[in-house]
Amino acid sequence: MTAQTSTAGNRLRSILRVADLGRFGMIILLIIVLMGVVALVGAKENRVEVILASFLATLFSVATPLTLGALSGIYCERAGVVNIAIEGLMLGAAFFGFLASIYLKQAGVSDQASLWLGVAAAVLTGALFALLHAVLSITFKVDQIISGTVINILAIGITGYLNRQLFFQGQVPHAPGVLPVIHIPFLADLPVFGKIFQQQPIAITAVLLVAVTHFVLFYTPWGLHTRAVGEHPKAADTVGINVYFVRYANVLIGGMIAGLGGAYFTLESVPSFEPLMTNGRGFISLAAMIFGNWSPFGAWAATLLFGAAQALQINLQYYSTSIPESLDFLKKSQIVGMIPYILTMFALTGIVGRTTPPVADGQAYEK
Amino acid sequence: MTSAETSSPSGTASTFWQAITRTVLIPVLAVFTALIINAFIIRISGGDPILAYLGLWEGAFGSPKAISETLVWSTPYIYAGLAVALAFKGGLFNIGAEGQLSFGALVAAWIGFALPKLLGTSLPWIVHLPLALFGGIFAGALWGAIPGWLKARTGGHEVINTIMMNYIAVLITSFLLNGPFKDPNPFNVTARTPSIAESARLTPLIEGFRVHWGTVLALVVAFAVWWFLWKTTLGFEIRTVGANPDAAKYAGINVSRIIVLTMSLAGGLAGMAGAIEVIALNYRQELGFSVGYGFDAIAIALLGRSHPFGVVLAALLFGAMRSGATRMQFLTQIPVDIISVVQALILLLVAAEEIVRFIYRIKAPKETVVLTRGWGG
Repeated sequence: MTAQTSTAGNRLRSILRVADLGRFGMIILLIIVLMGVVALVGAKENRVEVILASFLATLFSVATPLTLGALSGIYCERAGVVNIAIEGLMLGAAFFGFLASIYLKQAGVSDQASLWLGVAAAVLTGALFALLHAVLSITFKVDQIISGTVINILAIGITGYLNRQLFFQGQVPHAPGVLPVIHIPFLADLPVFGKIFQQQPIAITAVLLVAVTHFVLFYTPWGLHTRAVGEHPKAADTVGINVYFVRYANVLIGGMIAGLGGAYFTLESVPSFEPLMTNGRGFISLAAMIFGNWSPFGAWAATLLFGAAQALQINLQYYSTSIPESLDFLKKSQIVGMIPYILTMFALTGIVGRTTPPVADGQAYEK
Repeated sequence: MTSAETSSPSGTASTFWQAITRTVLIPVLAVFTALIINAFIIRISGGDPILAYLGLWEGAFGSPKAISETLVWSTPYIYAGLAVALAFKGGLFNIGAEGQLSFGALVAAWIGFALPKLLGTSLPWIVHLPLALFGGIFAGALWGAIPGWLKARTGGHEVINTIMMNYIAVLITSFLLNGPFKDPNPFNVTARTPSIAESARLTPLIEGFRVHWGTVLALVVAFAVWWFLWKTTLGFEIRTVGANPDAAKYAGINVSRIIVLTMSLAGGLAGMAGAIEVIALNYRQELGFSVGYGFDAIAIALLGRSHPFGVVLAALLFGAMRSGATRMQFLTQIPVDIISVVQALILLLVAAEEIVRFIYRIKAPKETVVLTRGWGG
């Protein structure tokens, strides 16, 4: 009886720790403030509920790569490998996924099939780049931050070079478009707010993966092994867990998820590739991961906040004609564009409660 | 090699050779290997690597003008490379050289074109030139100090914060160059400032070539950084904090102060790179002129083993590649972007020197060098 209550108590405590109420409260408050700004500005042109519904729809869409990036970081870092290469993984995956999709289309594959195979190629690219990170940081024990930076620079170089070499000379094949919008049954048919539930497949997958990651990390043996390796690799090794295997596997899983995030840019958002198009999203998602205290739901909430900042920028541009004179600065996309970056720095200060990384995060394991 | 030498009790000879291996042999082999791997990449993507490398060489060293251009390219690399190397010595990873550089350039340009108008009088060069230079240095230092202060005060990791400061600097620059600072010339359609006043300009080193006094100054600064790090108390404190912050703390060093100081100095060096580009070369700031200096600077610092003199050599190599790349593209139609691939490969091989040791069968030393630490702040 006592044992049972204490388990229940533990579970409650763990859920509370994961939920981290104060932090959630602040995130929701900030999102409401941002929504309020948009509603005020757009009120002249549209009904408030329409504005809010479209704001939330944009929010969930633009938060997608951030959510996937944060989940990627969680898998790596829970296993004790710092991964600042997520930016590079996403950029590389965005490029090679796009490349695969246009050449498949050119080879006569249907648009839908080339898009889905493109996503597969992006996921594979993410895994390959992540493998490089794993080899460097786990096997060769290169400083993990240096290894991540190397991959970021490599991704910028390779995508920049191939982009120019392949797309700037002669006939460029046509892109097969973007992934179709999926109407979630019932919810998508709601009046006005149904719009929020009409999303593209990667956006929906991202949300599902948050729940899956939470389950995997906290309710499966694999998750237990992963956390053990990230907290105390020596102890994990002593009880027979293969530290190197667990780290390799988690870095590869993280790479695949980041690869899916990369696919968002060129196969779901816009049907084209531009150099440096990830634009710091990989780094922002790391900040979201830290802000969410290395937990899937916490990180997801944080990515929604960053998504809201970005949705604000998009919506303000849309309503720019009705911005009053006194708030002229809101018309400048550069000023509003700074919000996600400033929020990131703010999140890292730990003003809103301290965060605790996995103990062995960033340390190579020496048998 | 005799066995007596390796097993000598003092071990000085073998330590000496190990040091030479680490600081000279491995970087050289890394560059060599990167060029070979890159040749394969050029070949696979449909180019002629030999023609490409010949074009690269000709463009970098083929004529006096080419050499001048190589020096022009190397100059900001020296300052920015020092900015990253100095931070490494203090145990900090400064990815923000890019933002510090462009913020320095922005302020130097503003002092150059706007200050005389603001004061309503032209300034003598002896006042105006140093003002523009130090304005740029100060701006860069400020841009570096913010992440330093956040690190010291809150533990917020400098890697992410300096990157965020990069994006913020780009947005501020874009805002100002498209708005308040925009060149009002009716024929101007690009986002750039007006030209700076004559009194704020540094003259060319040799008439008819673009190489300027900023290059000479860069060498002086490299020497000064070496002297500061190895011959002054403050430099010693920075290196101690970098090597072991806990030990530094117990030795009575104010670690927080040193972190802020290190990042400010690093930012100042990067800001100087930007200021020199404005006052000695472009005479204005244009949007996107500095794309990539910050990341190249990381590769340069690592290749130069975070030593000021190594940084100068690595910066010359990277400058040569950048200046030769244009000629290479003209001769072979291979995009200049291939240079970024070479640089990434060099960086990869220098960072993971185990790979180089593995390929060339060089034995590894026992001790390891700490460059950065995890999130633990």
